[in-house]
Amino acid sequence: MSLLETRGRAPTALRRRAHHGARWPWMLLPALLFLAAFWLLPFARLLQIGLSPDRTTQQSGYWTVVSQPQYLQSLLNTLLLSLAVTLITLLIAAVVGCFLARQRFAGRGTLLALLTFPLAFPGVVVGFLVVMLAGRQGVLAQLSMSLFHERWTLAYSLSGLFIGYLYFSLPRAIVTLVAASEKLDRSLEEAARSLGASQWRITWDVIVPGLKPALLSSGALCFATSMGAFGTAFTLGTSLSVLPLTIYGEFTNYANFATAAALSVVMGAVAWLGLMLARALTHAGGEQPS
Amino acid sequence: MKRRALFCLQVGVTALTALFMIVPVVLSMLAGVTENYFIGLRSGLTLKWVDQVWALYADTFWLSLLIALCCLAITVAIGLPAAWGLLKAPPRWAARIEECLMLPVALPGLATALGIILLYGRFSGLRDSWLFILIGHVLFTLPFMVRPVLAVMQAIQLPRLEEAAASLGAGFWRRFFTVVVPNCRNGILAGAFMVITLSVGEFNITWMLHTPLTKTLPVGLADSYASMRLEVGSAYTLIFIVMILPLLLMLNACNHWLERQATRNALKELA
Amino acid sequence: MNNDAVTVTLRRCARRFHQHTALHPLDLTVHAGETLVLLGPSGCGKTTTLRIISGLESSDEGGEVWFDDRDVTALPIEKRNVGMVFQNYALFPNMNVAQNVEYGLKVQGVGRGEREARVKEMLALVDLSALANRAIDKLSGGQKQRVALARALAARPKVLLFDEPLAALDAKLRERLRIEIGALLKKLAITAVYVTHDQQEAMALGDRIAVMEQGRIAQIDTPQAIYQRPATRFVADFVGAINCVETDAHGEPRQFCRPEDILLADDNRYARHGYIVGSTFLGAAQRLQIDIGLAAPIQVERHAREAWHAGQRVTWTLAPRAALDFTGY
Repeated sequence: MSLLETRGRAPTALRRRAHHGARWPWMLLPALLFLAAFWLLPFARLLQIGLSPDRTTQQSGYWTVVSQPQYLQSLLNTLLLSLAVTLITLLIAAVVGCFLARQRFAGRGTLLALLTFPLAFPGVVVGFLVVMLAGRQGVLAQLSMSLFHERWTLAYSLSGLFIGYLYFSLPRAIVTLVAASEKLDRSLEEAARSLGASQWRITWDVIVPGLKPALLSSGALCFATSMGAFGTAFTLGTSLSVLPLTIYGEFTNYANFATAAALSVVMGAVAWLGLMLARALTHAGGEQPS
Repeated sequence: MKRRALFCLQVGVTALTALFMIVPVVLSMLAGVTENYFIGLRSGLTLKWVDQVWALYADTFWLSLLIALCCLAITVAIGLPAAWGLLKAPPRWAARIEECLMLPVALPGLATALGIILLYGRFSGLRDSWLFILIGHVLFTLPFMVRPVLAVMQAIQLPRLEEAAASLGAGFWRRFFTVVVPNCRNGILAGAFMVITLSVGEFNITWMLHTPLTKTLPVGLADSYASMRLEVGSAYTLIFIVMILPLLLMLNACNHWLERQATRNALKELA
Repeated sequence: MNNDAVTVTLRRCARRFHQHTALHPLDLTVHAGETLVLLGPSGCGKTTTLRIISGLESSDEGGEVWFDDRDVTALPIEKRNVGMVFQNYALFPNMNVAQNVEYGLKVQGVGRGEREARVKEMLALVDLSALANRAIDKLSGGQKQRVALARALAARPKVLLFDEPLAALDAKLRERLRIEIGALLKKLAITAVYVTHDQQEAMALGDRIAVMEQGRIAQIDTPQAIYQRPATRFVADFVGAINCVETDAHGEPRQFCRPEDILLADDNRYARHGYIVGSTFLGAAQRLQIDIGLAAPIQVERHAREAWHAGQRVTWTLAPRAALDFTGY
């Protein structure tokens, strides 16, 4: 009962002499000041610089970004890649998550740990691992050499990028979905079975809706992370342009602050929209986000 | 039978995924101790690449460690009061503020770093020091300290404990340091491992903010991948993995422990 | 008799949240050394009143709280020197039993030697001397409640406040602790305010009981008076069972009595008639449902070993002074 009652009355409660809960804005102040100084203000500056003229086109950064085809292409590439990675990640993670949540066997804990320990790898390491897997001297190349007498080198193309993004997205998604699968109410599935539903139907009608909040939240996070992923693409030195590389190029090679800033804002905005969409979809179903 | 087929499918997918995750890591670790990667294991095992890495890049380890520990100190100093504030704030405010705290994590690190450079880059004293990198790390890791601490505060019903302490005469700060902080120990621990792990592995923000004199571990890794032989890059990766493995294991253990605590408390409430 | 006991006075204390009134303006005096029980269903305002006395909440404009002749309205709980015992114990998990008990003394700046002596004294008082160094998650519910009590008493509070302390315990334990707390309160002769929804607890522990309903005090008196001469039907119904034994011309109930206050006979010795329609076995007693010609049968309590059966014709009357009609007696 306690201070919950004081909570809902902010203005009057603060007018009174200090209750125990009234200090909360002060305790949040250091964190919020830090955030304002080092995230909010810089972002505002980004927004502002995006308006200044681009070096080559002499138009504002934002105009340049939407009018020049190479930037639009870069945006499109990143968007499609992120969406594709998100979908495949969710699919794999859901299957693995359900499986691991329901089966108990020796070494399950170890398996889970092995699946999720790449969580801590920076993008550059992931890029390096992709090279190990699918580069010129990679496993794939050696296998294909011995089987088909030709070298399959995926690492430096779109597929390599895709593999890399998949690699760093899967661990987090698996962790979330294993947890969510464990919390599923089995009696719903049993009820469906008693009514004659096939396993396929049960999966689509009961399990997937039950996992919806977890799927949406980890999907949104996966999408946002893929949009902003830099290290992996940087290591793979891919010829295909993705937004983070384009931004980096504009900033470092051409000192084109306006465009770099404008692109950053666009990239952030798209990631943000993805998160908002996921949140809206979660609440639309009337369910609690996980 | 349908169920059998489905089961096999699940096992297959899980097994493949596990292989996908592990095989490259194992390969890379092996390459780091192989005499010559192009010849393969037949060329013999050696530690010379590891030695070379240490000779070239030792300072990146120390810097990463330094930044991670400072990051931890700052996130605890700012994050603990913030978690308390979120506990007491009205639910709508708490939700919005938590979202704001998550912004540097959800939105691309590159954009964050770019903004910081464009705004603060002109202060050359700051720009050239490792503090510049530290700022980015704190922004990125703060919510990962606040969340577990807040979760623990809610689980132990902190407001009740504070009321009891107040009824015994303890003022605000006394309550904070004798009752609030000690009872959040487990949340702080879980948060600490998360913060250190994230800080050691952070690249997107750090790459933009670093200088040739302030290189962290991942920055060094990127360097070595670009300019050194495969074996050196692999050895460096090997050392990185060996460093990060214990952290991850501790993190895992902490989270398991926290979850068991939470279920035990929930059962006790019902009983 | 404890000469240091404090009188607690509330004047015009009220509490409103948005549209909901938790407490209507209330005047209350707790006499020095007495145990006053605040009894009522959830939402009646008893906990709000307790928290206003403690200082954890403050009354709306115009309310005053006085300890003896000191106006403590503006003082927060830290400065009021009250001892509080909570429903869920609120023991500090990071400290063991002894450290919990000495917390208030530490805050007051009491020296180590004196603290240790006082802790020993308190633990002996609640019969937990052997557990001084035990971690609190290794204690049973009853032990935890005793530690909470020892902790509240150690700091020599002026007023002892109980917020439904036994509600989380099972029935047998509750009964045992109730007796212990009752004995302790008598021994210490400290001013105490005890909140509960359990009428048995209230009657066993209270020197006076204040029965509360929807933010107001319905009746405040000794347990006997509350039970035998309830001021309203709500009070009568809350502290025991009542029967309606007479209605007026329109069928509205007019007279009530308690189930144990009806004299029953299987012959014609009493004036009024009825017949038994059912009985419920309660262990030591049995409750007979008797149809007396009104809409609802009355409940009569008899010793379980008496032989009554359904369908039996009986005569009955009220015991002397048993009629309850809430007109002020």
